[in-house]
Amino acid sequence: MSWIYRTAAEQAAALAAGEVTSVELTQAHLDQIAAVDDGGEGVHAFLHVDADGALAQAMASDERRASGSPLHELDGVPIAVKDVLTTIGLPTTCGSKMLEGWVPPYDATVVAKLKAAGLPILGKTNMDEFAMGSSTENSAYGPTRNPWDHTRIPGGSGGGSAAAVAAFEAPLALGTDTGGSIRQPGAMTGTVGVKPTYGSVSRYGLVALANSLDQVGPVTRTVLDSALLQELIGGHDPKDSTSVPTPVTGLVEAARQGGTKDLAGVKVGVVKELAGDAWQTGVMQRFEESVALLRQMGAEIVEVSLPSFVHAMAAYYLILPAECSSNLAKFDAMRYGLRVTPEGSPSAEDVMKVSRDAGFGDEVKRRIMIGTYALSSGYYDAYYGQAQKIRTLIIEDFKKAFEQVDVLVSPTAPSTAFPIGEKVDDPLSMYLQDLATIPANLAGVPGISLPSGLAPEDGLPTGVQFLAPVLEDARLYRVGAALETALFEQWGGQIVPPAYKEN
Amino acid sequence: MPELSRDEVRHLADLARIDLSDAELEHLAPQLNVILESVASIQGVAGDDVVATSHPIPMTNVFRDDVVVPGLTPVQALAGAPAKEDDKFSVPRILGDEQ
Repeated sequence: MSWIYRTAAEQAAALAAGEVTSVELTQAHLDQIAAVDDGGEGVHAFLHVDADGALAQAMASDERRASGSPLHELDGVPIAVKDVLTTIGLPTTCGSKMLEGWVPPYDATVVAKLKAAGLPILGKTNMDEFAMGSSTENSAYGPTRNPWDHTRIPGGSGGGSAAAVAAFEAPLALGTDTGGSIRQPGAMTGTVGVKPTYGSVSRYGLVALANSLDQVGPVTRTVLDSALLQELIGGHDPKDSTSVPTPVTGLVEAARQGGTKDLAGVKVGVVKELAGDAWQTGVMQRFEESVALLRQMGAEIVEVSLPSFVHAMAAYYLILPAECSSNLAKFDAMRYGLRVTPEGSPSAEDVMKVSRDAGFGDEVKRRIMIGTYALSSGYYDAYYGQAQKIRTLIIEDFKKAFEQVDVLVSPTAPSTAFPIGEKVDDPLSMYLQDLATIPANLAGVPGISLPSGLAPEDGLPTGVQFLAPVLEDARLYRVGAALETALFEQWGGQIVPPAYKEN
Repeated sequence: MPELSRDEVRHLADLARIDLSDAELEHLAPQLNVILESVASIQGVAGDDVVATSHPIPMTNVFRDDVVVPGLTPVQALAGAPAKEDDKFSVPRILGDEQ
């Protein structure tokens, strides 16, 4: 069995046992990238592959192992990083022409943590421009293709990270989740993705989309691998003023506990508002089967209502554009990024306007203009002010629900992966993809998505999502690992895209 | 909600410092109206008794001692500059014709 088909935990164990070297592991993944990632017809999960850098890091890792001093359990296990996180010496484009060729002079804290733990960085993964989108079609460098069907989207914005993991190009990846950008691609590609509690993972060096919503998190093929990665990247960071002082711990332990399939005493709430006729039949069928499995493992299942969820999407699409219109003002063509100078004797403002028109894609322009509108005087109270109040109502709904139950459960996304091109000019229909994932970002609570199966009608992956109270990320791992274990027993292992099964 | 006219969309683009072409305006303006129409549903949902939330987790400002740590060198800071001169960012004229 080629090493690439093993989980990150298995790869780490093999390194520790001396069965494989980090150079071998890293080379095997680089070979898979070379074989399947071609931008023309392949997955196109990567915008930049750093073969030399990854192999040099792997060699250093092997030397540490040989001298008996690995830096971390995952020392030597390679990883891919979403191109919205800054990396010294590696391009960071955010999927935008605005940052083409930009090489940051500093590392994001999470990237520094990966390096300090010895994980070779394979490269940077594709994404919707500045993380705005649900399909990775908004990348200025062309879409990522879903390993399950290359004519379909891998979800977004972190479609590159999810597809890389699904196609065995990397055992681990980092993603970022502002309204579902880790979890929805997980559902589309049959992989696992976690949005940790807001503030529990540093945002320093994450090019901000919406500061009050963004969170970095793990993208993997198993729940345990996500736990290992979240424990590695989490923790307080003095460089991020929104970083929470309380560490989130016990995740790996919770995942291992969940693996015993004992959910006695756990109360699970099925979210009434996140179901209905608008949800694809196969998505609901697999979801209901997952809920039945939870009940079989001893969990108590109740239906709960979070009535303000119906306003979550509208509130989100005011708060997010408001924050991003302000965040993206820094791309002014003066200090870094694209500068386009029109003819004649243009002023700085002229240069700024022409550069921003040339450097930003349609979705970025739409959201900047919506944000500008929502923040303008005369509309501020009616839109942005209302949206912030709805945020309060959603947080209160969560609080009430978590008085009754330990975790909430819903399908991750309303449908399976749709064909590339289907929703490109229909922003509203694209926004509906995030219906179930957005409330967690508005409230700061953690969420996990894991595969619930394949929809019978199209054979594509479906996702199930768990949500837990703030700082209670461990609950996600316990319940998630239990369900995963039960499903893997049914399936005889994880679900794998047919074209990517080991021969 | 009143529909945004082409002129109003152009004004928003100006405020956002984006030089939209006429073709882009034709393409984007109707989409903006569809989006605004859908988010308008939240008007009046929450009354005066509901406080606004700007951050999901309550936060206070964070202070620390002012400790000198190494920063970026001028070479590093200017590495991505579109144009530079004498260790500084070089920018186009900042005054308009009317000033």
